[in-house]
Amino acid sequence: MIPANFEYHRPSEISAAIGIIQQHGDEARVVAGGHSLIPMMKLRMAEMGHLVDLQDIEELKGIEFSDSSVVMGAMTTQHELIDNADLASRLPILREAALQIADPQVRYMGTVGGNVANGDPGNDMPGLMQCLNATFEVVGPDGRRSIPARDFYEAAYFTAREDEEILTKISIPVPATGTGYAYEKQKRKIGDYATAASAVMIGNGAASIAMTNLSDTPIWSEAAGTALAAGDVDGAVAAALDAIDPQEDMRGPVEFKKHVAGVILRRAIARAQSRVG
Amino acid sequence: MSKMHVKLNLNGEEVEGLAEPRTLLIHFLRENLKVTGPHIGCETSHCGACTVDIDGKSVKSCTVFVGQVNGKDVTTVEGLVNDDGSLGIIQEMFREHHGLQCGFCTPGMITRAHRLLQENPNPTEKDIRFGMAGNLCRCTGYQNIVKAIAASADMMNAQKEAAE
Repeated sequence: MIPANFEYHRPSEISAAIGIIQQHGDEARVVAGGHSLIPMMKLRMAEMGHLVDLQDIEELKGIEFSDSSVVMGAMTTQHELIDNADLASRLPILREAALQIADPQVRYMGTVGGNVANGDPGNDMPGLMQCLNATFEVVGPDGRRSIPARDFYEAAYFTAREDEEILTKISIPVPATGTGYAYEKQKRKIGDYATAASAVMIGNGAASIAMTNLSDTPIWSEAAGTALAAGDVDGAVAAALDAIDPQEDMRGPVEFKKHVAGVILRRAIARAQSRVG
Repeated sequence: MSKMHVKLNLNGEEVEGLAEPRTLLIHFLRENLKVTGPHIGCETSHCGACTVDIDGKSVKSCTVFVGQVNGKDVTTVEGLVNDDGSLGIIQEMFREHHGLQCGFCTPGMITRAHRLLQENPNPTEKDIRFGMAGNLCRCTGYQNIVKAIAASADMMNAQKEAAE
């Protein structure tokens, strides 16, 4: 499987990367870990004249902590995320979710930034970031701006990021101590996307629920979170199932997916409640 | 499209070659450098037969372009032999415990197991199964692969103790 040819760029500054994108327009695309893009290029479902590799850009790397937030560079790999003990103590739900993504080899290469920026409804991080109320920073020719994860996803592969912008950082507010959490995922086999997955946070009179791969975008349901915060589990599940819009595919028909979504969400809620401290 | 000049440190030796930017690492290794340990199984990022070690990470070499690994350290199954050319511990344990039948997946299995044991020298059976989840074998049913890796861990630890 040989992709169409392209010119390879590996800039060390973000401004240089943006310059290449501006110069070549639609013909240029950035690559982070490449484990979504390269398979598509091999199938010739993605073709571009210029591939801009972001691996040498220092400002896209690293994880920083403050009292109230965690800021992850977009090039943080799933493996680095899993391996970071400080991150696991502040936001254990991230590690729980990342361990359920793909397989070990893919997690060494796949990045959090690529996972959230790609806009694939099957990716796990977008729903999780909506559950956590994360904010994405993008930078483009007109400078930097921040976009809440809950406003980022428009349709499958369509996001609020403009073509000439690069996603640089992900900021996540650190939940209060004792907040219960769970990321629960049903998949057919290792390496598959979710048949249904759910992120749940609960504690201190608040709750947040998001669902993965059950619509053409991740689904964060405010009504489900409000019901769960009030202790109404059945109401929360009903609200979440009302918000999703799964499509039939090789993972099953619509009714089956709704059924699995309910089962997965109840498991996530139960595990999150058991962790409230 | 002009070719790129690609340099790697491959199994401890500096190597170089010319390749189009679209060249996948597995093709560069097998066709340009004639290093045929890493195999092409599915060529779709699923099976792990093409696994190599790049700067301390297990990577499916069918899913990375040569440009992305330019200048890096790459280890294939050929690089896991002892200095005298005899089989390394993991290779020997796969032989000893019959951790292969047709052998097609074995180079990827061994290269991945090498990194797993570097990161976790005392894995449980569950750790081994979870850590090897990116490598498929259609013959063995995995039981003897898991045994071979557990035995490799024991032997590496015994060697380390003996050296101390």
